[in-house]
Amino acid sequence: MPLIEYRDALNQAFAEEIENDPNVFLIGEEVAEYDGAYKVTRGLWKKYGDKRLIDAPISEAGFIGLAVGASMLGLRPVVELMFWSFCTVAYDQIINNAGCIRYMSGGLINCPIVIRGPANGGTNVGATHSHTPENWLANIPGLKVVSAATGYDAKGLMKTAIRDNDPVMFMENTLLYGEKSEVPEEEYFIPLGKADIKREGSDITFIAHGRAALTALEAAERLDEDHGIQAEVVDLRSIRPLDEEAIYRSVSKTHRVVLVDENKPFCGVSAQIATMIQENIFDELDAPIRRVCTIDAPAIYSPSIEKNQLPTAERIIEKALGIL
Amino acid sequence: MTQTTADPEVSPVDYAKAEINASLTKEDKIRFLRQICAIRNFERIALKYYNEGKMGGFLHLYIGQEAVAVGTCSLMGEDDHVITAYRDHGHALAVGMSMKECMAELFGKATGCSKGKGGSMHFFAPDKNYWGGHGIVAGQTPLGLGIAFALKYKGLKGCCMTFLGDGAVNQGVFHESLNLAALWDLPVIYIIENNRYSMGTSIERSSAYKDCLAQRADAYGIVWDVANGEDLYEVRAKTAVAIDRAHRESRPTVLEVDTYRHYGHSVADAKHKGGYRSAEEIEKYKQSHDPLVIWRRRLIEEGILTEEEADEIDKETRKEAMEAVKFADESPAPSMDSIQEDVYYEVDRQTEAGRTGRHFFND
Ligand SMILES: Cc1ncc(C[n+]2csc(CCOP(=O)(O)OP(=O)(O)O)c2C)c(N)n1
Ligand SMILES: [Mg+2]
Repeated sequence: MPLIEYRDALNQAFAEEIENDPNVFLIGEEVAEYDGAYKVTRGLWKKYGDKRLIDAPISEAGFIGLAVGASMLGLRPVVELMFWSFCTVAYDQIINNAGCIRYMSGGLINCPIVIRGPANGGTNVGATHSHTPENWLANIPGLKVVSAATGYDAKGLMKTAIRDNDPVMFMENTLLYGEKSEVPEEEYFIPLGKADIKREGSDITFIAHGRAALTALEAAERLDEDHGIQAEVVDLRSIRPLDEEAIYRSVSKTHRVVLVDENKPFCGVSAQIATMIQENIFDELDAPIRRVCTIDAPAIYSPSIEKNQLPTAERIIEKALGIL
Repeated sequence: MTQTTADPEVSPVDYAKAEINASLTKEDKIRFLRQICAIRNFERIALKYYNEGKMGGFLHLYIGQEAVAVGTCSLMGEDDHVITAYRDHGHALAVGMSMKECMAELFGKATGCSKGKGGSMHFFAPDKNYWGGHGIVAGQTPLGLGIAFALKYKGLKGCCMTFLGDGAVNQGVFHESLNLAALWDLPVIYIIENNRYSMGTSIERSSAYKDCLAQRADAYGIVWDVANGEDLYEVRAKTAVAIDRAHRESRPTVLEVDTYRHYGHSVADAKHKGGYRSAEEIEKYKQSHDPLVIWRRRLIEEGILTEEEADEIDKETRKEAMEAVKFADESPAPSMDSIQEDVYYEVDRQTEAGRTGRHFFND
């Protein structure tokens, strides 16, 4: 299988879906002529032209609202936010329009859009540029939220997201765009709502999404090497819809769980999962649920400090050893 | 409603003769040159150390635009304020922040102006009426309005010079701000630093306009003007009119200043040369429109300064920048504990409010 960058896996998904459906187009700042601020859309404008790749001014509320409106008439816009952090200036369009239009119209109107872009800290760009809004968005019934840890997952999930008939908020990661993974040449789809067991284990479960799944994997490898402990890593991939069966299956096997989450702790994705575990499989737990989240403050700039504000393998290992 | 700019082709105006400039002393003019040189050298040195891995995140250089910050900020009185976007090093130094605190901020050190918490895009010095340094495009535009509102509310004769880019004019919040400024007679001055590009997008590809961006102010009945940003005298002359309007009539102004950035959007912008703009275009601006070269030449022509003295100013400011690097490099990083400081006023001070209820939710 070809080994390609995360960004190129996404790029393939866009190319395939643009070719598959004339209603699919990409819009955002610098997505066309500049090839994308992070080169995710490189080459696509040259290949597909102005109609399918649209450079927008810095007017997120305007062009996201436009995308919602266009989707109401059956187009399938894929909107890039240069950073998911900038969704704040378009929040009304995302929450009230994309999120509520189907419900308020009694199901008469659909909103098949994808909004995508990087949603991560860890690049020293300061508090306003380092938000991880998956929990804010997953709080809105009507929106779907996806977070891909690998290029393989990103491509399969993106193709599904574009064909999905509901608004899908797709979280990527600037720290992962250059990471390579094996991506098959034949077409494939990954359903929303299906977690992936990134590592099997019997002693403890780590549940994570996005880059945190990779941090959890690193911690699992080290626990194996240093302590002979076998951790299972469940990568959620999709946050809403959520694969609750995969969560319960794994925790029922290991009876111990650490939730790893680059969200801030308050009402983060992991907080929801912790609640569900104790509500549904409380008897399976042999130890309290533990969490490793981003330290609860706006993102600090200082490069040497910010990397430790996010979940690290060390913190995960420490939490795991504390309940084993 | 509008003031039209004198077209230099038709009737050349010598802004040196404007009252605000005619009253300048020799020392004032040399000070401006020193400030321009300081910004240039600060950023050149910062770039060098950025490339050596001493900083993280983005570095948006102001080089090529220095006369705008220096000219406008030179007019600040006691109750005049400044707020800008993320290309903020020039304004910071122009209002009198020290190279040391700024460089240390870039290095992410505890001695930085924001204690290593903000980085390049987030320099602040409220004691110098300087309110940042803002990363979200146009996010600062209503803040500047609010500062103007507060000045008026308090009965102070001041203004808030609120800087934004040519790309930022397309954010909705800027238009809301213009309406409020006009509706409520607020002493805000929107200074659009038109460097022709927002990242890789030229103004023609991002903005719909008739003759210029500032003209949009017409729709709100706000007076506007356009200035040539390479001429410090012109920047000062036109800004002075706007400040006067703010002080005397409490009315807003939109001032568009034509300028150019010599470097890419940020250091990461590999396409700025030969991509979205030609190498020839960049050369043209560097050769014929560099505000540093122009001001320096002007002072020499006026007989205020010799070449040697000008070189000396360049050298001194370069040395100051190097000293700032040494200071930054030797300064301590913030502590891990400091991550959760400066989040809540009440918690930092352990007031009763800060001690009541749980404020932080670490796992
Ligand atoms: C709301 C928002 N959208 C997008 C960005 C990303 N971004 C940062 S600067 C920039 C270009 C701004 O150009 P302009 O306003 O002309 O200012 P200049 O960089 O030329 O000083 C963009 C798109 C952002 N920071 N905030
Ligand atoms: Mg610009």
